[in-house]
Amino acid sequence: MTSMDMTQGRGISVSVVLRLVLLAVVAGLAVAPVWAGRSDLRLLMEVFSFLALAQMWNLLAGYTGLISVGQQAFVGLGGYLFFALAMFAGLPLLIAIPAAAIATAVIAVPTGWIAFRLQGPYFAIGTWVIAEVFRLSAAQIGALGGGSGISLPVALAKSLADSRGGREMVMYYIAFTIGIASVLMVWGLLRSKWGLALTAIRDSEPAAEAMGVATRRVKFMIYVLAAFWTSLTGGFVFLQKLRITPDAAFSLNEWTAFVIFIVVIGGIGSIEGPVIGVVIFFALREVASDWGTWYLIMMGGIAIAVMLVDKRGVWGAIRARTNLSIFPVTKVLD
Amino acid sequence: MVWINAIVQGVLLGGLYALFAAGLSLMFGVMRFINIAHGDFIVTAAYLMVALVTGLAVHPAVAVVLVLIALTTAGYVNQRILLNRVLGKDILPPILVTFGMSIIIQNALLEIFSADSQRLPAGWLETGSIVLSDAVAIGWLPLLMFAAAVAVIGGLQLVFYKTPLGRMLRATSDDPEIVPLMGGNNAHIFAIATALASLVVGVAGIFLAMKTNFDPSAGPARLLFAFEAVIIGGLGSLWGTLVGGIVLGVAQTLGAQIDAGVQILAGHLVFLALLVVRPRGLFPKM
Repeated sequence: MTSMDMTQGRGISVSVVLRLVLLAVVAGLAVAPVWAGRSDLRLLMEVFSFLALAQMWNLLAGYTGLISVGQQAFVGLGGYLFFALAMFAGLPLLIAIPAAAIATAVIAVPTGWIAFRLQGPYFAIGTWVIAEVFRLSAAQIGALGGGSGISLPVALAKSLADSRGGREMVMYYIAFTIGIASVLMVWGLLRSKWGLALTAIRDSEPAAEAMGVATRRVKFMIYVLAAFWTSLTGGFVFLQKLRITPDAAFSLNEWTAFVIFIVVIGGIGSIEGPVIGVVIFFALREVASDWGTWYLIMMGGIAIAVMLVDKRGVWGAIRARTNLSIFPVTKVLD
Repeated sequence: MVWINAIVQGVLLGGLYALFAAGLSLMFGVMRFINIAHGDFIVTAAYLMVALVTGLAVHPAVAVVLVLIALTTAGYVNQRILLNRVLGKDILPPILVTFGMSIIIQNALLEIFSADSQRLPAGWLETGSIVLSDAVAIGWLPLLMFAAAVAVIGGLQLVFYKTPLGRMLRATSDDPEIVPLMGGNNAHIFAIATALASLVVGVAGIFLAMKTNFDPSAGPARLLFAFEAVIIGGLGSLWGTLVGGIVLGVAQTLGAQIDAGVQILAGHLVFLALLVVRPRGLFPKM
């Protein structure tokens, strides 16, 4: 990646305007419970969940080149471990979600160790097999309802807040935090010394290795970090749904295919890409989800079209023509 | 004796898995890419077969020929006009394009044939068997499947190592940049490889249609079985793929013997265990 040219007047001013617009949107979202209706809040919670999942998949695929089609493993583990910790270990809900994510990160170490034995496209399918192992195993655990799943007891759900409105507000802010923090965390990471290593790996892995980047260790660390945050999101998603089944928790389409779609259409390998992708995805869904199979066929078609027309996605195409940057991560010499 | 029977059935089931895997192995061998929609193409072939035989009352032998011609042609055209455009050093585009195809195929099948599961009635093939003892019997269909797998892999081996086409395919596999300098046409060679792989996919789909019930969402599981057989056997080894299929088949039937619910899980676990012990597979070539 070449360094961003900050000296060009037009680029910087448009970037600044975009940043201000984004800041205003986030400020508006921060007080959404004041202005938004119940169904709008519900939609926004989903948007934040998918934003976090997309940022994590992008961090993994866009920067370390690890194409995983098995991230549903971590969404499902997050959900199931959250239910188990809340129902059987008696942890308060707000502690059970991060605790489940930490446990998932621990599980991700041996699974990653196995998956890392496969390279490139084989890694992709290998992660899928691992996710299937978790799905089929979850269906075997009788205490968690086996194949038909389990619901979160009403008493537990009510421990979040007394009124229904209160519970929705708490849930909204959990989603808001997970979504916004995922963007800030990736941004912070990319501006750190790790970010230099990640960008180097993204641009050329052999060159990064030659410059002294411990590529395997960096990739592994990112894999575990993505597992943690994906699981955190998964825990929240199933707190919102209040019911979990193996097929819903470990759904390839829901938690990986749609997420890949978001990242790729928005623009892989940038922080802005997944943000744009989430907006496009939900806009399309609001318009077309009633079309059923045709909606999914259209999504498949769009994914193919993006690869044929411009595989850098919307943000990549914009970046190639302008020098816009909402989340600057490059260092520039004047 | 039930265990011996489970192993025998597993070996025969392995033939079907080897048929699933051979096409995948061939495409990776020549082009270094994995077709995520591989399983969905197998299921499409199965649907075509059912539609021809039960829907249009075509004679089964004619239907087999038609399915194989359709798949081979579709494979060539698909590679030529679509997949060739996304092949390259970046592994994401081919994964994403075939992922997109997978979603399109599954939903198109759902739209056309509904979610009801289907099966091709195979008459005496389905019910007839060679009885070896009161606990062990070999069905004609599984036996035919296994024989077909051996024949297909033997045939591919022959094409690869004894024909000018095979020499071209191996040369492209070794170094796709040099082949055009020698007068080869990569776009055409890749398309031929996919056509050949699709022919095998057609054979696999026809057997799938006779062997089990299937529905529009049956593809991904078939892709995973194929993938596991390829990795267990060792990349680039066609006979290894047959052994990989057998290992997977036996793992699944033994798992089913323990508990019907763990059949598929047992196969996945054996695959992961072998990946830990022998990451390059049983018969690595590459």
